[in-house]
Amino acid sequence: MPLINSPAELEDFRKGILSKRDPNKPCIALCSGSACHASGSGEVAASIEEEIKKQGLSAEVDIRKTGCHGFCERGPIIVIHPEEICYLQIAPKDVPEIISQTIKEKKVIDRLLYSDPDTNEKIIHESEIPFYKNQNRLVFGSNGNIDPKSIDDYLAIGGYSALAKVLFQMSSEEVLEEVKKSNLRGRGGGGFPAGRKWEGSRNAPDETKYVIVNADEGDPGAYMDRSLLEGNPHAILEGLTIGAYAIGSKEGYIYVRQEYPLAVENVHIAIEKAEAYGLLGKNILGSGFDFIVKVHQGAGAFVCGESSALMTALEGRAGEPRPKYIRSNVKGLWDRPSVLNNVETWANVPLIINNGADWFTQFGTERSKGTKIFSLVGKITNTGLVEVPMGTTLRDIIYKIGGGIPGGKRFKAVQTGGPSGGCIPEEMLDLEVGFDELTKVGSMMGSGGMIIMDEDTCMVDVARYFLDFLTDESCGKCVPCREGMRQMLKILTNLTEGKGKEGDIELLEELAEVLKEAALCALGQSAPNPFLSTLQYFRDEYEAHIKEKRCPALSCRELISFHIDPARCRACMICGRKCPSEAITGGKNQIHVIDQEKCTKCGTCLEVCPPRFGAVRKLSGDPVPPPIPEEERIITRKSKQK
Amino acid sequence: MSEILLQIDGKEVDATDGMTILEAAQRVGIVIPTLCHHEKLDPYGACRICIVEAEIRGWTRLVAACLYPVEQNLVVRTRSEKVDRIRKMILELLLAHAPDAFELQELAKEYGADKDRFEKEASFCVHCGLCVRYCAEVKKKHAVGFVDRGTRREISFVPEIASKECWDCKECFPLCPTEALQAAFVLTEALSFPPPAYKPGLKE
Repeated sequence: MPLINSPAELEDFRKGILSKRDPNKPCIALCSGSACHASGSGEVAASIEEEIKKQGLSAEVDIRKTGCHGFCERGPIIVIHPEEICYLQIAPKDVPEIISQTIKEKKVIDRLLYSDPDTNEKIIHESEIPFYKNQNRLVFGSNGNIDPKSIDDYLAIGGYSALAKVLFQMSSEEVLEEVKKSNLRGRGGGGFPAGRKWEGSRNAPDETKYVIVNADEGDPGAYMDRSLLEGNPHAILEGLTIGAYAIGSKEGYIYVRQEYPLAVENVHIAIEKAEAYGLLGKNILGSGFDFIVKVHQGAGAFVCGESSALMTALEGRAGEPRPKYIRSNVKGLWDRPSVLNNVETWANVPLIINNGADWFTQFGTERSKGTKIFSLVGKITNTGLVEVPMGTTLRDIIYKIGGGIPGGKRFKAVQTGGPSGGCIPEEMLDLEVGFDELTKVGSMMGSGGMIIMDEDTCMVDVARYFLDFLTDESCGKCVPCREGMRQMLKILTNLTEGKGKEGDIELLEELAEVLKEAALCALGQSAPNPFLSTLQYFRDEYEAHIKEKRCPALSCRELISFHIDPARCRACMICGRKCPSEAITGGKNQIHVIDQEKCTKCGTCLEVCPPRFGAVRKLSGDPVPPPIPEEERIITRKSKQK
Repeated sequence: MSEILLQIDGKEVDATDGMTILEAAQRVGIVIPTLCHHEKLDPYGACRICIVEAEIRGWTRLVAACLYPVEQNLVVRTRSEKVDRIRKMILELLLAHAPDAFELQELAKEYGADKDRFEKEASFCVHCGLCVRYCAEVKKKHAVGFVDRGTRREISFVPEIASKECWDCKECFPLCPTEALQAAFVLTEALSFPPPAYKPGLKE
């Protein structure tokens, strides 16, 4: 391994890598991020390797196992370069054809392409698929072009040039000024300006300072930091090193969840390679600047994403928040000035240094600059990771990129910001996403989770779900969080079970105030948001649960019943056979009836009733009609009357 | 130590750098209720009963008096409608665990808290952490600690340490505002310690 000793050597080395690479040589880039891995990219990779060997093409084709491409709904994904042919949902059985047709014969296989749902037009190139076309993937885009385990791949796309630039062409003040000018705000939750945070640490008198990567992403459904760290670990290391240089730190930490094994593995490899190349460690690039990075694996507590809890855990103690009347950038890890930013924030730093703050600020809104990666999940056609400039409307993200709601259902709300965020209703879909914009409507940016909900989602149950999550994840130290949430969860659970009573909403509001105003850390202070925002926009649902014992979304199990409409039942016996609790009576030519006592409300009968009959209905609030008398249950069929 | 001038409930108070609002208030005899605070222990900030309104440069926010460091020109209000409302709720939440705790009852009278507002909970402990912190910080023994998190969090003696250290100490017992500590100890004792008869040399 070479030790690179100057920016000139780095450039020579980069040229050396590029000169050995033929841009016209076919390269199969296979997404090997966690989502594609779960849908079978490991098997696809094995069959590609085998098939290439079998067809004697080993010397003529490159295979690159990349990080996440983002279009997780359609994984495993492969992109064949240089033509950029994109195949979706690849199975090992497709591989021989891909190799013999596309690689050898340069023929495109139509059935593996993306097909536009409206026009049925086949789209060949990845960048022209609407999901990608409407994004602006400044940070996330490199994922598809590099093997995260290869530092040479990162160098080939210009990696570590920003580090060379700051170490040799910029003073640490200039670096700080550039970041401040870019108005980069923390992507982890609070949206605090990174430059100001850095400045506080830089100005703190203590000699020893730390920089930390918060990779303790834990919001349900969110995985953007995971995919960045898995897919492009060097970008984060480079950003972190630049931050260390700006504030005068010699030691950094990456606090990463143990539940992210691939991220842990890739970041370890990245550190090892960067050290071997002289891009990390002593005398980086011959500049005299020393910086080391250590990896700390979190034990899976959501609260450890909170800065003071994370630092307490890094110190080797139970991860509990401590009060921050003195900010952690002045008194943080081991009481030293510590800059903590999340993965995505650090990944933005090399881009800002390379392209300048003015370039960065052209993206986004007045007060939220750059792009943001969102994890688009829930009731959405195109599940995946999307990166858009700040200021993009929710409508564009959900419909243009996300492809709308599947199954002809109606959009109801989008939950942003994770468990501390809120639900935004349909009438606000034209809201431009940004830190302050989302806060204004009672939600927040958070780390970028975006859960889409359709008409079948009960908003009271959503509030209950998030509160349940937080009750479980609270550290239990302070009274408002531990006891306040305990009571809030009890009440919300009662509502969804039809045990709500007058005054419950007011009591919930009172408890919410105590949490918001008096809890020790941000977890507790923001915990009432899912309740408050659903109450603000969907108060009628709360009232229906309390006053009418009715769930308008027909979702809360205790408040619904299943009923077979005798006029529509054709006695096909499918539901009777599938019912797991044998609650359906009726046989051949005999209208089926659900025994409400036995019914467990699993919904199987509704699912299996043939759509042409549509006899099973869900009811809530209305009494179930009494079963029709047995003598009226016989169906006489015309065909059999002859 | 530089002098800091602040105002608490309309009274001018001299304090020194590094003091908390609680210490400054105590200096002039203004009472701020506390549950988890103890002068021998590091501030903890868990019970939140000591919250007060702190106004600095025109900004008012609620802060924990036991932790918030004094600042020049800080204006503190130890009672307000909002502060009282939050203290009342905190007390009601705790009374669901320890309805008979004397300290809680006294404060409940002051703030009009209803001890029956919430359904009673099985655990007595109010998680003030006095026993845990006293054992760790003053006695340096760590014989009692917290286990689990969130609503499942409880205090627990570590039998291996408790069986050696607790017989002659028990200094944490009077610190406990509820019956929980003694109960937890008795449980540990019953489960883990051999009967004293078999351990000559140990005190009854």
